[in-house]
Amino acid sequence: MRQIVIIGSGPAGYTAAIYAARANLQPLVIASSVEFGGELMKTTEVENFPGFPDGIMGPDLMMKMQAQAERFGAEIVYDDVLKVELSGDVKKIHLGDGSVEEALTVIYATGSEYRKLGLEDETRLSGYGVSWCATCDGAFFKQKRVAVIGGGDSALEEATFLTRFADKVYLVHRRDAFRASAAMQDRAFADPKIEVLWNQEVAHVYGDEKVTGIGIVSTDDGAETTLDVQGMFVAIGSDPRTHLIHGQLDLTDAGTIAVDGRSSRTNIAGVFAAGDVVDPTYKQAITAAGSGTVAALDAEHYLADLPAYLLAQAVGVPA
Amino acid sequence: MSSAKEVTDATFEADVLNSDMPIMVDFWAEWCGPCRAVSPILDKIAEENADKLKIVKLNVDDNPATAEKYGITSIPAMYVFRGGEVVKRVIGAKPKPALEADLAEFLA
Repeated sequence: MRQIVIIGSGPAGYTAAIYAARANLQPLVIASSVEFGGELMKTTEVENFPGFPDGIMGPDLMMKMQAQAERFGAEIVYDDVLKVELSGDVKKIHLGDGSVEEALTVIYATGSEYRKLGLEDETRLSGYGVSWCATCDGAFFKQKRVAVIGGGDSALEEATFLTRFADKVYLVHRRDAFRASAAMQDRAFADPKIEVLWNQEVAHVYGDEKVTGIGIVSTDDGAETTLDVQGMFVAIGSDPRTHLIHGQLDLTDAGTIAVDGRSSRTNIAGVFAAGDVVDPTYKQAITAAGSGTVAALDAEHYLADLPAYLLAQAVGVPA
Repeated sequence: MSSAKEVTDATFEADVLNSDMPIMVDFWAEWCGPCRAVSPILDKIAEENADKLKIVKLNVDDNPATAEKYGITSIPAMYVFRGGEVVKRVIGAKPKPALEADLAEFLA
């Protein structure tokens, strides 16, 4: 049995692992089999993470965080969590390979997943012109025309990135202003390849085998326009990844895991939550990292108050 | 580093289209994080099913003609060929059990 198991390997999970490892708690990080490193693995240059004045590539930042956690004794498992049993003193975490990890505390840091538009053809053409990852798929749209849907930082970053390849990038937004940072907006507005289409929602994705165009509808007057594009990149935000804990952990109205005040304490003793899965508002790498710190410290305090007979069963506790 | 054999635009016909066995091509690139994530899983599947399904890799940056021919717009893209025809398309990095489920007909 472990003193602490961390589910998730983004900035929150790895920062919690660094703190827990330095506290000699020998944390186990369940990193996921294919999505380890979290959202930053799909980004390019990260310009707003303190300490990197020249920017750092998202995947490099995550590899550094992982190395830092491992340096102090964190153990990483590349598998997926299928089920969690969080009640009681000993928490059980069922993994994809059929094994079960037991732990006295769990830090839940599963992050968020991309929101879909909810159109049937969006799912059907996913991977055939519909994408959620410009850095993964952008290079296939050399000299082509694409649309990016959304108005936040990630939408503008994707649009700017795609101008490296595409001849034309439409930025389709359902409002008349962006939520993105001023720096991202300035960059997008200055780019001659980017055309912003305000107050437009996507109604259709066209194409049999691959995307041949999209239909957008004006939120002002309902007028429909067809855009001749070969790619559509959806960047309309994300939702907390909570499907494994429904019915166990309390959620907020925003769908994030409910925590007690500024702490990471959930409604179940010994279970802590951190990162995007508790944050409906900020969703930054650095806020997730800070939140991971809070969770590790909360878990450490909780463990300190546990009876000796329970602690004695866990790995890394001196007899 | 992956243990899968690299195929190219030049060798695609001989290695893939003329393959006696069902063969899966993993379309990938250096800069693709999810490709790197799925690569060891594909190695494992290939190792466990060596008598049923061959798995090879094609670097889309070095071999644009083949990637273009099969209309690849998202990687990793894993296409199974049998008798020179595409018989199955799997797109995106997935955990091993999910990939095995997608490929069940070739692993049975």
